[in-house]
Amino acid sequence: MDQITPKPVKQFKVIGTRPLRPDGIEKVTGKAIYGADLSAPNMLFGLMLRINEPHALIESIDISIAEKLPGVKSIITFKDFIKINPDNKYNETLENCIANEKVLYDGHAVAAVAAINLNIAKKALKSINVKFKKLPFVINIEDAMNKNAPLVAKGKKNENIPDGFSDNVVQYCSFGHGNLEQGFNESDKVIKRTFKTPSVHQGYIEPHACLASMSDDGKADLWCCTQGHYNVRSICSNIFKIDNSQLKVTASEIGGGFGGKTTVFIEPIALALSQKSGRPVKIVMSREEVFKATGPTVSSLVDVKIGMKKNGKISAAKAIIRYEGGAFPNETYELGAQSAFAAYDLKFVKTEAYNVLTNRPAQAAYRAPGAPQSIYAVESVIDELCQYFNHDPLYVRILNAADKGTKSSYGPTFEDIGLKATLEAAKVHSHYTTPLKDNQGRGVACGFWFNFGGNTCVSLNINFDGTVGIVEGNPDIGGSRSSISQIAAEELGISLEKVKTIIADTNSLGHNDVTDGSRVTFSVGLATIKAAKAAKKELCKRAAKLWGIDEEAVIWKDGYAYPAGANAGIQDPLSLEDIAKVSSQTGGPIAGHYEVNAEGAGVSFGVHLVDVETDLETGHTKILRYTVFQDAGKAIHPSYVEGQMQGGSVQGIGWALNEEYIYNNEGKLQNPGFLDYRIPVSSDLPMIDPVILEIPNPGHPYGVRGVGETSIVPPLAAINNAVSRATNIRFTELPLSPPRVLKAILNNL
Amino acid sequence: MVKVKIWGSLKNFADGNDYISVSGSNFKQVLDDISLKYPGLKPQINRGVSLAINGKIYRESWFIPIDEDSEVVLMPYMQGG
Repeated sequence: MDQITPKPVKQFKVIGTRPLRPDGIEKVTGKAIYGADLSAPNMLFGLMLRINEPHALIESIDISIAEKLPGVKSIITFKDFIKINPDNKYNETLENCIANEKVLYDGHAVAAVAAINLNIAKKALKSINVKFKKLPFVINIEDAMNKNAPLVAKGKKNENIPDGFSDNVVQYCSFGHGNLEQGFNESDKVIKRTFKTPSVHQGYIEPHACLASMSDDGKADLWCCTQGHYNVRSICSNIFKIDNSQLKVTASEIGGGFGGKTTVFIEPIALALSQKSGRPVKIVMSREEVFKATGPTVSSLVDVKIGMKKNGKISAAKAIIRYEGGAFPNETYELGAQSAFAAYDLKFVKTEAYNVLTNRPAQAAYRAPGAPQSIYAVESVIDELCQYFNHDPLYVRILNAADKGTKSSYGPTFEDIGLKATLEAAKVHSHYTTPLKDNQGRGVACGFWFNFGGNTCVSLNINFDGTVGIVEGNPDIGGSRSSISQIAAEELGISLEKVKTIIADTNSLGHNDVTDGSRVTFSVGLATIKAAKAAKKELCKRAAKLWGIDEEAVIWKDGYAYPAGANAGIQDPLSLEDIAKVSSQTGGPIAGHYEVNAEGAGVSFGVHLVDVETDLETGHTKILRYTVFQDAGKAIHPSYVEGQMQGGSVQGIGWALNEEYIYNNEGKLQNPGFLDYRIPVSSDLPMIDPVILEIPNPGHPYGVRGVGETSIVPPLAAINNAVSRATNIRFTELPLSPPRVLKAILNNL
Repeated sequence: MVKVKIWGSLKNFADGNDYISVSGSNFKQVLDDISLKYPGLKPQINRGVSLAINGKIYRESWFIPIDEDSEVVLMPYMQGG
């Protein structure tokens, strides 16, 4: 594992070290409390009734028998929510949790039950009589866009949709610049291909789980596994028409989220069941429910046309992107359109994108949402052009790479970015020159993600014994507690062992945006630095009091207060612990806090190299070697950064080789379990070798960029390119599962 | 006046132009003036937009200053996973 720091950066003492993870022992010994571990006195068990039809009109729901069963304490349907707040602005989110007038996808819930145990709850579900009328349904993008397609939902269409499509096409956008026709005319070769990617699930091991307790007067407590408990509060308090302050949400430890836990699926249901029964209600989704009713990614259909000159220079590029995200408008089609060509400095470029409804579960975010699919298509065509001209694929990417001053394909001009550095690092790495054998191929692909900041609060409290407690509000999904503690220790000049970071509930700290967008180390880190600076100012003030000098005459250095100069007198330096011990006598507890809507997160690029071997008799592809090069900004805890790079790569490998939602002709999901939906396991993988490039982000005091999402972007194309080179067959549809690859091999004989 | 680049599919609501000129010296003023001068863009602005100012993407900071020579790009509201 390498770490490359191309430019001299600030020297750190704690930042950049690799301390043991603070939550490690609790997690490996089973002591960590996850969503499903929660319990409360008199707790009821909630279950949801789901309809296994892709599209149906609900005619009636009869709960009369179920509600009379001994042990059944409450039953709800969508009508209960209408009574509470018919005008809530999250009705679409709620309608994904529980159907209103129509069942919109296989597994859509229509009712929920709370009972004294799970057996009674299951019996009650069977006693609910739902009458519905089956409706025509549509599962695939092409079918859904067709003018005569069954309509998934009315009234979703925006004002700017081009003619010729069904009303399932609800949003449209385009980006780019320059005269495409001129660019293509200047090309020596133009390749146009159509690519497909399937819906894949985020695949977190921990299912969604929550425990809710809500009283008649609207006061409520909610514990849940989520990437953003403040967002859960915003949604639920709006649905229930209660003040934010009356709903306290506490985030449990989280067993994976990857974007899929940025919204709600069961939390409003548990709250409603609790309010109706007057008792706490716990809901834990089964794995089948997770697959059927929580967000997979969008599936995609992408046309890419790229023109290239003989020298490898890209002369023009165009993509038409179609993403379906289930029965509700997806949030990623624009991001796919903006990301598609972001890695390249192009004079003539255009992307168009369509947002399409189908009878599938609503998509949810998944690491760099929208980028992997469009970039897969673009990077595959670039690789084919490299093969056509017999150009080195890294040479072509370096030749065309976006750099500082490049007008990006989505509009803004790039500041300092690290794409060229990652490409150069890949080119000189031993992986790139290792010889390949028969049936083996090497794939290269670039990836990109925006990253952003957002609303963030940090409170830093100095205890009387000189230890430091940090309170922040973002669930730790990738090691942020350790990174934030390191940043505080660095800024205060104390040892890491003195600092502990915890995640506050929603009543203990101001609003914090969701843990997404690779934002936490950037924005919580920024707020932590500012909070520590505020605490240092107060520490200097207390030292000044003790020394009887002006506070301006005191400076803070390496964990000690010093007189600023000779004029301030000669004093023994005071440590943070010295000042904390007497803080009660010098004015009271010392703390610093900072609240910000952080902006200025820098974009991030990655380059992946992969070697594969494809068995020509079975179509099975084995990953032989995998190396990730990523511009990570300053790596606060390099092991966690490497973990993000490895984790995203592995998820991308699964997406490329095996994972897919499979629907039958009746619109029903056929593989809602890890037995039939195959994610990669350790034995499928070599060690993923991460190479961190530390190109500092000028928008952060320590140079931090987001790192959590970029790594899932390149694997789809990198593996597609490797398998295509290993087999001499160009593939345009994922996953490259053995049956698909074998079929292509046999057709090619 | 501030020159704002808009994305392609919004051109129809801005007289077919890639760039629009509006007045304002910060994020909010610029967006307010876009809505005022180009009512066709208002639905999109209400759905959510970001502004890239000199290469940095801002999602909500109303009072981020914008100079007349700033590079300003209207973008969809950024989201992540």
